[in-house]
Amino acid sequence: MRKLLLMLATVAALMLAIPVVSASSKTDATTLKVALIAPSSHNDLAFTQSMHHALLNLQKKYGFELSVSENQFVVANAANIIRQYADQGYDLVIAHGSQYGGTIQQLAPLFPKTSFAWGTAGTTYGLPNVYAYEANSQEGGYVNGYIASLMSKTKIIGVIGPIAVGDAKLYVDGFVAGAKAQSQKTVVNVAYTGSFSDPSLMSKQASVFVAQKADVLTGSSQSVVGAINVARENNLKWFGTQWTQASLAPKNVVATQMYDWMPVLSQIVTRVQSGKLGGVSYRISLKNGGEKIQFNRAANTPKTIQAKAKKVVDGIVSGKIVVPSGL
Amino acid sequence: MNEFFTPAILTATIASGIQLAVPFLLAALGETLGQRSGVLNLGVDGIMLLGAFTSYYVALETGDLPLAVLAGLAVGAACGLATAFISVTLRAEQGISGIGVYLFALGLTSLLFLKLVGTPLPIEQPGKVEVPYLHELPLVGETLFRQDALVYLAFALVPIVTFVLNRTTFGLNVRAVGENPAAADSLGVSVARTRYVTVTIGSSLAGLAGATLMIDVGIFQQNITNAVGFIAIALVYFGAWRPIGVMLGALLYGMTQALVLSWKGLGIIPVSLSDLAAATPAVITVLALLTVARRFRQPAALAMPYTRGG
Repeated sequence: MRKLLLMLATVAALMLAIPVVSASSKTDATTLKVALIAPSSHNDLAFTQSMHHALLNLQKKYGFELSVSENQFVVANAANIIRQYADQGYDLVIAHGSQYGGTIQQLAPLFPKTSFAWGTAGTTYGLPNVYAYEANSQEGGYVNGYIASLMSKTKIIGVIGPIAVGDAKLYVDGFVAGAKAQSQKTVVNVAYTGSFSDPSLMSKQASVFVAQKADVLTGSSQSVVGAINVARENNLKWFGTQWTQASLAPKNVVATQMYDWMPVLSQIVTRVQSGKLGGVSYRISLKNGGEKIQFNRAANTPKTIQAKAKKVVDGIVSGKIVVPSGL
Repeated sequence: MNEFFTPAILTATIASGIQLAVPFLLAALGETLGQRSGVLNLGVDGIMLLGAFTSYYVALETGDLPLAVLAGLAVGAACGLATAFISVTLRAEQGISGIGVYLFALGLTSLLFLKLVGTPLPIEQPGKVEVPYLHELPLVGETLFRQDALVYLAFALVPIVTFVLNRTTFGLNVRAVGENPAAADSLGVSVARTRYVTVTIGSSLAGLAGATLMIDVGIFQQNITNAVGFIAIALVYFGAWRPIGVMLGALLYGMTQALVLSWKGLGIIPVSLSDLAAATPAVITVLALLTVARRFRQPAALAMPYTRGG
């Protein structure tokens, strides 16, 4: 009896421990089935939220069935879920994280009738049923860095990244280039915490920058919530990327590089519907509207600053300003 | 490197180190109590997650931080009772049941966070508590005597737990149950009751550790603990099952983390070595564990379910 109780308790615990999966109701057999696997939650105010938001909007247009598996920070678990989606006949499986690349490379050849999309990355591995997507994060980073340098009074800025890879590194590199382009005298201190998911380390890194007299902070990844809190507590300015974090510090968040994956996803969904399962890489940028600089109204940023930001954006779009990547 | 030795940077680094050490300290003190009585609780990280989420939700809904902290403690205590029921009454394999508790809490807190909290909002954080006069001392005043109330509480618990374990009848019973439960039983000490009490108090401290971590960050996030609970278990071994040793281990870990962050921010550690440097606290702690803790032995009955006459 005890063993039975223990077994039941364990099964119940494991069932509850399975990360949240939500699925829309099925319509008919011809409806496209789309799955999203993401490393954090759909309300992370960052990477996953940008993709989830785009998919929900596209679902209204295309009427596809959507299943979401979030909080898949363990790649081995994510690999199992990706395989299950393919086994269950999902038409398009989106693995939203550069850490899932190896899994896609292994699984895609085993499921040639399933289309896979992954990012942020630029390679489809030469596989006919794989799409890749990435973001020119350095462009919005450049704009943010330029304005940050303009608004900084101490001319010391703190930049906190998670791990120096993917769009996080691109954003940080672009930010540094933008700040330096505005003024070579601006000191931009950069640190990577070594974790995508540790807000405590982000918070303490931000405190170190405060001690260095930084009056503007920025950062990337879902763990920035810790750093934003330090900005709020110390009344500093904050620049964001991926998704707006204005709800966390309405008076401190100046501007955000917003990701809009809809143009890219729209093309992928349309192609999958017409039987083209992959082989194309996509990129969002300021030019194609996949990236936008959004000012937070509550922060009351002066119109002159916003006008200068627009000028920098126009310069990047027109090609007059070339933002270096991979400094 | 010179910039690191300026008062502002040193103060910020040491203060960060102390704050980073507190969740480790609270969780490890609680685990020490349980392990001294023979119960290995691997569910500490999960209990911390439940404590963190509960206190976040209560703080968000009521704006009452003391109530939020109490809620974290209460959830920890409830988890302790459940853990004790599985480990002591059902005599389940303690390692596996602890992992079950962790997985349960990881899934449950993620689910509740998604369902109960739409857009994550920060909580109002408590002000710093200044110790009169002492907080004005140069360097140490700012770092040691101007901290959150929970930081003082955590460090105050070290002598209290030491006293309870070494100078009270209850502490004697705990140690006896952890070393030789059959002998303790024959002397009329209730092994089950003692273990229930230590695991419940220990788990409530884990719940408090989760609440402390959340309050320090100012918001809850899925898996906010990032394995702090598992490291806390390692710190119990590092500290040789003694509260002072556990405190030194927690401080070593927290200070190393803070030092690495500070040096990264100053460019002393280059970006190219950033990821490698992030592993430094764990490496140093393991090395210290190998050199220090091997001289001590664990409680003889640790992780062994007790059956009278069995």
